[in-house]
Amino acid sequence: MCLAIPACVEELIAGDSAIVNLGGVRKEISLALVEDIAVGDYVIVHVGFALQKLDPEEAAQTLALFAEIGGAAPK
Amino acid sequence: MKYVDEFRDGALAKNIAANIAREADPRRRYHLMEFCGGHTHAISRYGIADLLPANVRMIHGPGCPVCVLPAGRVENAIQLAQTQGLILCCYGDLLRVPAADGMSLLKAKARGADVRMVYSSADAVKIAQENPEHQVVFFAIGFETTTPPTAVAIRQAQALDLKNFSVFCNHVLTPSAISHILQSPEIRLLGVLTLDGFIGPAHVSTVIGSRPYEYFAEEFQKPVVIAGFEPLDVMQAILMLVRQLNQGRAEVENEFSRAVTRDGNVKAQLLVAEVFELRRVFEWRGLGPVPYSALRIKAQYADYDAELRFQIPEVSIADNKACECGAILRGVKRPQDCKLFGTVCTPDNPVGSCMVSSEGACAAHYSYGRFREAA
Repeated sequence: MCLAIPACVEELIAGDSAIVNLGGVRKEISLALVEDIAVGDYVIVHVGFALQKLDPEEAAQTLALFAEIGGAAPK
Repeated sequence: MKYVDEFRDGALAKNIAANIAREADPRRRYHLMEFCGGHTHAISRYGIADLLPANVRMIHGPGCPVCVLPAGRVENAIQLAQTQGLILCCYGDLLRVPAADGMSLLKAKARGADVRMVYSSADAVKIAQENPEHQVVFFAIGFETTTPPTAVAIRQAQALDLKNFSVFCNHVLTPSAISHILQSPEIRLLGVLTLDGFIGPAHVSTVIGSRPYEYFAEEFQKPVVIAGFEPLDVMQAILMLVRQLNQGRAEVENEFSRAVTRDGNVKAQLLVAEVFELRRVFEWRGLGPVPYSALRIKAQYADYDAELRFQIPEVSIADNKACECGAILRGVKRPQDCKLFGTVCTPDNPVGSCMVSSEGACAAHYSYGRFREAA
């Protein structure tokens, strides 16, 4: 139900909407719930609405975290 | 797809699994609840349980809005759909939920009711615009993720001065459900359920932010880690919870920082506050009546409230006696503990709601895990 997918904004269109690319599928979504969206931004799309802009720097940091070797075993 | 594929990488998953195995203390047990159905689905689909040491156990929570919607509300919608000339719009997940006598919205549709599956609340508004001679009701369910789009739809209907559009509102709130579980007798009095920490919702948190969970960490001394819905997100969150528990910390940490901030999406929050207000009490399947756990449409938008327009009665329908959905939603039982699981109750013929939605604990276990134990 709460599933949402990151999608790239390809075009801003009238009526506070945008065309996004979801892995090759182009779809019109609403930007009524977000602010300051530009072409090239990634947004999280849920039931046809962008819920939040993705932060590319934070995403890169999280990916780097996955690759870290963890701490010592508990004593 | 960017921001999806790299969060499903197998080599990185092994690395995180090795970290968890190294850091989990063999002398203690870790009982972690993933609140969201999205996490439940990811854990089952990607076999995350198999990558964890035996003393780290995931407990499925009640965060699947289809699963917690009481059958009485589904019955209301079925009756509404049978009203002459009425078009009932809903998200696809709801169509197969069984109500009284095994009836569902899909069966009502087969018998001639005009039930339409929509992808977005905006589609329901469009249907109302295109069918001015018909009443159009949007059967709205969902947590904080799905509520703002419903608020936008109501505002849109007002702006368009639509007289034939209304919303049957069933939106529910995540923090009240977590509180309710932490205060339940199973945890506080009976001690049959131990919860050491929570994986916090992904997309709900993009809207409400990480701040609302600070209360649980502080008041109940339980660590919370907000995580994305991809498998590596879930595994990293488990590692972060293990670390907090090892170090005796109970804090809110945010693994899903690429989309969640402390304050969340303020624009969406303001829209929701403009259109909705708290219900004093709302029934949850499995949890029973939970105070201040759901939203209703404010008086100034009463024209768009289907409950008022159609005088929807309160209907209470008991679950099938053998169905364990209630206990499963509270984390007290597992799908395989239910007698009906996989025999009478399957995704094709669901008896309880946990088998309907792919995010329900039973459907997830049926699809991805039911042969694990036999093997």
